[in-house]
Amino acid sequence: MQYEAVIGLEVHCQVKTQSKMFCGCANRFGAEPNTLTCPVCLGYPGSLPVANAEAVRKIVAAGLMCGCTISKFSKFDRKNYFYPDMPKNYQITQFDLPFCLGGQIPVGGKGFSGQPLPEKKIGITRIHMEEDVAKLTHLGKASAVDYNRAGVPLMEIVSEPDMRTPDEAYAYLTALKQVLEYAGISECDMEKGQMRCDVNVSVRPLGRAEFGTKIEIKNLNSFRSVHRSLCHEIPRQIEAVEAGEKLRQETRRWDDALGVTIVMRVKEHAHDYRYFPEPDLMPVTHTDEQIEKIRATLPEVPFVRRDRFVTEYGITPYDAHVLTLEKPLADYYEAAARGSANPKQVANWIITELLRVLGERGLTIRECPVTPAHMAELAGLVGGGTITGSVAKSTVFPAMLESGRAPSEIVKEKGLEQVNDDSAIEGFVTQAIAANPKAVEEYRAGKAASIQFLVGQVMKLSRGKANPQAALPLLKKQLDAG
Amino acid sequence: MPLIDLTIKQAATALAAGETTSRALCEAFLARAEAVEPRVKAFLSLDREDVLRQADEADRRRASGAARGPYDGIPLAVKDNINVTGQPCSCGSKILAPYRATYDATVTRKLREAGFIFFGRTNQDEFAMGSSTENSAYGPSANPWNLECVPGGSSGGSAAAVAAREAPAALGSDTGGSIRQPAGFCGIVGLKPTYGLVSRFGLVAYASSLDQIGPMTRTVADAAILLDQICGLDPMDSTTLPGAHGGYAAALEAPADVRGLRIGLPTEYFAAQGLAPDVRRAVEAAAKTYEKLGATLVEISLPNLRYAVATYYIIATAEASANLARFDGIRYGARSPEAKDLLETYRLSRAKGFGDEVKRRIILGTYVLSSGYYDAYYLRAQKVRTLIRNDFLRAFEACDVLLSPTAPETAFKRGAKSADPLAMYLADIYTISANLAGICGISLPCGTGDDGLPVGLQLMGPALGEKKILQTAQAFENVAGPAKLPELD
Repeated sequence: MQYEAVIGLEVHCQVKTQSKMFCGCANRFGAEPNTLTCPVCLGYPGSLPVANAEAVRKIVAAGLMCGCTISKFSKFDRKNYFYPDMPKNYQITQFDLPFCLGGQIPVGGKGFSGQPLPEKKIGITRIHMEEDVAKLTHLGKASAVDYNRAGVPLMEIVSEPDMRTPDEAYAYLTALKQVLEYAGISECDMEKGQMRCDVNVSVRPLGRAEFGTKIEIKNLNSFRSVHRSLCHEIPRQIEAVEAGEKLRQETRRWDDALGVTIVMRVKEHAHDYRYFPEPDLMPVTHTDEQIEKIRATLPEVPFVRRDRFVTEYGITPYDAHVLTLEKPLADYYEAAARGSANPKQVANWIITELLRVLGERGLTIRECPVTPAHMAELAGLVGGGTITGSVAKSTVFPAMLESGRAPSEIVKEKGLEQVNDDSAIEGFVTQAIAANPKAVEEYRAGKAASIQFLVGQVMKLSRGKANPQAALPLLKKQLDAG
Repeated sequence: MPLIDLTIKQAATALAAGETTSRALCEAFLARAEAVEPRVKAFLSLDREDVLRQADEADRRRASGAARGPYDGIPLAVKDNINVTGQPCSCGSKILAPYRATYDATVTRKLREAGFIFFGRTNQDEFAMGSSTENSAYGPSANPWNLECVPGGSSGGSAAAVAAREAPAALGSDTGGSIRQPAGFCGIVGLKPTYGLVSRFGLVAYASSLDQIGPMTRTVADAAILLDQICGLDPMDSTTLPGAHGGYAAALEAPADVRGLRIGLPTEYFAAQGLAPDVRRAVEAAAKTYEKLGATLVEISLPNLRYAVATYYIIATAEASANLARFDGIRYGARSPEAKDLLETYRLSRAKGFGDEVKRRIILGTYVLSSGYYDAYYLRAQKVRTLIRNDFLRAFEACDVLLSPTAPETAFKRGAKSADPLAMYLADIYTISANLAGICGISLPCGTGDDGLPVGLQLMGPALGEKKILQTAQAFENVAGPAKLPELD
């Protein structure tokens, strides 16, 4: 029998703000433990929460970026449970009236596994706001609590169970991260715990409408581990079902070293969190006008921008995908491509040359020494025949990287203009034929490809400046004549 | 006049005239406290050195012309659930026995900026849960009028301290009557402000949607003075009301005039079972007084009032069950030394730290929020709360203030009701609805009952109707004279 997996993701993302969700303490990673605390985020007697307006604005922005409906009326609730990571022993969260409802994120292109990924939209059920909890560190017999993280604004993004493969889950996470980074909502650094993901997965015979038994996977520390855990868990569930086993609803822990999921706890009955409306906070209302005001501040959604790059600049969907992965890169490309006669070449230059060099030097696009205008100019110089591609690559571009100067200046100063003058090229042709009798002989014996070698020699002799298109007929002429 | 007989207003005048000093005032009240505390037990702590240090600072400021205002140097007792930096804040509970406040409540900050002296921590029912101070983990306070009787609660220590002239005034908190009922039992003035008029930041929460801090004083004028100091929008408390508040003392400067005022008498209140005849007599006499002064008495019906006590004990306990969850022995407060693991730390610290009434209310609140019961209890209580609020909105179309007893009887003997929590709950009937509706109410003395104990008269006004109830109270006080206080000698 054929099976399919049904995957839903619950993603927690810390919202990038100056201060915490309900108090004035700094929202910053990496400080000395328990230095970013106050009576409010420590849950001291008598302290009260005050909602961070910037965090609320950002979650609305996240909702708009994901195509959600923004609630006109939402409120905060208390979720009750005892744990030392929770200073008040209740968490302020949103139960039935979250800020954002019903959005979607498209995925497609090539999957993490290398397989093609069909275009698909993954639904978002809701995005709600809550406060992060303290960080627990277990030290042998004791445990240490760092409340710096307690009260950091956290949004929970709940997807629909729309994903069917590990590749789709990976692509959804990548797209989500991209959207949130674009709008400056979260830095989404999983290593810093700024983005956390729980997976819900079940399997069912292909074609069946009902869901199988849902299993939750926790302890996923990277997108890759999400992918790996699913690659392990889906076959495990299918095997169990095939063997006639009845799966239990349970939570499993991903062991990254062993590459397996291990039972953590069996969900016999749902925990009763006794949610009720938070009486210390007023409900939050959003008018259409306020929502539109936030929308006006938002950047173009990355996948919309990707499609626009394809139509507006005539680049391939893959190039557009690469160029829109991060907003600074997309901004860079757009600044260079806009008004350029060669937007495709600009894209090629950025993807094949610029990104390679930046990668080698460990620089981000923001630190790039070449301005977008110079990048466009370089593509223009090549496209317009002023310099050859080979000179551009070997001499002009490296000089631009070193000096940050305009390519036209470099070309002028070093006299790198392409040589189109037949009489000048003829000299190089004569030299090339004289210096390479073997290639000449092979050409004359009928090995047509040898002429490309000779074109290369002409380029070499001219230090790349000879127009190869002009060199070829001149070579042929001399060889055939001789 | 002996210094301990001074009201805030009189003390301010005396200080301004240089007739007395903050030190002299504080020493007089400290001496009085020393004399009567063994019998009254109004205070949980009173640090003589700390009080005198504050007094000397105030005197120095005044001497150098840098007084913080007319009230700089006047002592004020504070209920033990309001944070004052460095002072205990036990809330009458064992679980907070070792706790010292690490920050100032907003009201504390405002009063500090006005120069008030923080004069001791007053006793209360544990976490403000109770009507007699018998639920204090540190023993009950006594009613200065009759030491065998309770002073009321939960702000019973504050009421007793003011009535015993151990302090000119005090702060209390009122969740279901905890300012007004002890004020009534002790024959002083107690005002519960409109919900959101006074910041709750720094008030240890019992029931967040009901709690308000308010003044407990000898005179109506003093209540207005204190309310002016503590009211106002607070960026630290999202539930405070926007707008310009204050001007209460100023509103009392004009001669109190109730001519044409429509005073509503809620029929349900006067028909209530358990309303003692002597209390009824005193309150009806007060209504007659108003009539004589030119007010019109109107009969008013508040049909949903009969659900008020049940509604209150669902909403208040639900909120309390979450509010008190933070007392777990982990970060502050008492931690059980016998606990061997996390779960035991929670269980033993809370089992030993909380008293019976607190446990009863946490369990009740946990129950009404539980899955399967939420709709039948909590959700329904919230709906009834809206109906009660609407009853009051309608009532205030037909009248300007509502008049009723503060409590169905005068102060009862210690132990008389401790075995019957339900009877204790039901006695909150007159005060609870103002908290549910979020409106304001004041209790002022209106004579005595057959037992010679004070009877409290309650006036309730619409939201932000503080000026109206203060002016109305002032008119009665002008006729009846300021509160008479027991000698206790």
